[in-house]
Amino acid sequence: MFRRACPSRHLIQVTVDAETVNVEAGDTVAAALLALGKDACRTTPVTGSPRGPYCMMGVCFDCLVRIDGKANQQGCMVLVKPGMRIELQHGANALVDVLSAGRVRGTSPGNC
Amino acid sequence: MATQHTFDVAILGAGPAGMSAACSATALGLSTVVLDEQHSPGGQIYRAIETSPLTDRSILGKDYWHGASLVDNFARSGAIYEPRTTIWGLTPPQADSHWQIGVSRDGAASFVDARHVVLATGAQERPMPIPGWTLPGVLGAGAAQILLKSSGLVPSGRVVVAGSGPLLFLLITQLARAGARIARVLDTTPRGRLRTTLRHWGAFALSPYAAKGLRLALEACAKAKFERHVDAIEAAGSTHLEAVRYRTGGRERSVAADTLLLHQGIVPNINLAAAAGCTVQWDAQQASFRPRVDAFGASSIYGLSIAGDAAGIGGARMAEAQGRLAAFHAAYVLGRLNAAEFKQRTQEAKRELAHWSRGRAFVDAMYCPSGTFTIPDDRTIICRCEEVTAGAVRKAIRMGCQGPNQLKSFLRCGMGLCQGRFCGLTVNALFAHERNIVPEQVGYYRLRFPIKPLTLGELAALPQTLQSVQAVVRLPASYTVPAAS
Repeated sequence: MFRRACPSRHLIQVTVDAETVNVEAGDTVAAALLALGKDACRTTPVTGSPRGPYCMMGVCFDCLVRIDGKANQQGCMVLVKPGMRIELQHGANALVDVLSAGRVRGTSPGNC
Repeated sequence: MATQHTFDVAILGAGPAGMSAACSATALGLSTVVLDEQHSPGGQIYRAIETSPLTDRSILGKDYWHGASLVDNFARSGAIYEPRTTIWGLTPPQADSHWQIGVSRDGAASFVDARHVVLATGAQERPMPIPGWTLPGVLGAGAAQILLKSSGLVPSGRVVVAGSGPLLFLLITQLARAGARIARVLDTTPRGRLRTTLRHWGAFALSPYAAKGLRLALEACAKAKFERHVDAIEAAGSTHLEAVRYRTGGRERSVAADTLLLHQGIVPNINLAAAAGCTVQWDAQQASFRPRVDAFGASSIYGLSIAGDAAGIGGARMAEAQGRLAAFHAAYVLGRLNAAEFKQRTQEAKRELAHWSRGRAFVDAMYCPSGTFTIPDDRTIICRCEEVTAGAVRKAIRMGCQGPNQLKSFLRCGMGLCQGRFCGLTVNALFAHERNIVPEQVGYYRLRFPIKPLTLGELAALPQTLQSVQAVVRLPASYTVPAAS
């Protein structure tokens, strides 16, 4: 749970899972979700456990959300924009969704 | 973004090291580009310094606002600033080419060319694996500081802060000044550290950090209830943090909590340097890996310098001096300074560096993490991405797993999106502990490009060269590379 320690400057509207909400312009998507009281933004592909932002600086990849239809975006690296569609992610992407959306999940290099 | 132009210097990162390197490089007439993953200059230490909604300057303190002059100078330097630019690749010069930096911006990949590269990619928090650290409601202390600086957000409800180190005191005071109520601080600094660090006291007392450190520690202790010598911590809850259990002096305690902030120091961000092929070595004093650099920041690869915390933790003011040294070195290598001019210019930066490096040995020795916080118990998840526990890693080691790289094939440990950034040091410590060998014998994950996820679409859209096509298909002798569309 987070609250704002300073007055709001400029609110804009976005949708989170199709619900219209007001968020602070200048916030990242991850910060906006935390300010809305949503501290979990996805469930993990491996065990389905809830996960929320951890590092807020682009390192941990725990704050992944779907933004304007594009999956696996780092919420802490993207600023909110008016009309932005933010969706929480549940587990792994189904392959059929990926193919029908015409895009492939961001790949990790699979070093070994 | 420019792809045809070759810059004299490309600086990766716009924290104190990157910004000061850019100012010095442009002052010497070098064409300079600064590639930064963030939205505005400042790095993590001076994060959001131009845009922070916190109007009360006392909350973040005057050391934070020192960054404003740095950002001003940087803005006037004439360096080209490219924000929101993720760096995923770095290729050393081939026969007739220059450094090629693979970047991604707004979903499109491209290359930036430069004669000399300065890595100023800073640090990340050292992983602090405890049972339950993947629960929503548990965040890095650095994350709370970023939320405060960028958005003026403070954790509400019952806040527990756990760990060790000077930044922990700083965060506690900043959060308290911003109105957060901290229910408890779990200080994990082991018993007896003041005694074992005796030989470093003199240098620390004379350092520029002593007075500030003491003031912060006293303020933090006055603002929150401290539990000392905590040697085990667990975050408990089903879908969200509900309580923090901990042990101190053999007694187990529990405290209800909505937010738990973890911190046990920061470590260099080595992925880019290691993937580029720089020699990376174990630093016993800082208990972390770092690229090997000389007094001017030159790495083991010609034409690649590393400045600031990316080459070993020293803090923002050391990073500024290191940025200048790296820029002077680049100017010397590129023939913009002769030997005498180089020597003269570096002298002052070296003095500055010596001044701000004083007292570091005390901080490193005092707050070096130990016990379960580096070698967690079996049920603790250590690889957050692939959800691999310490128990699974121990089992693999006992079955004969040879090292961190083979562990990837066994367990996928370190193969998730963060690419080992949050498990690498723990895996190293587990191998060292199980085998009773030193960390440098264990080594670290082999790191490769792309060091940040890149979609196949972005990769495929990159301009092709004859070599890149030959790498994947056998071509007829008559083949020519198609022009980029």
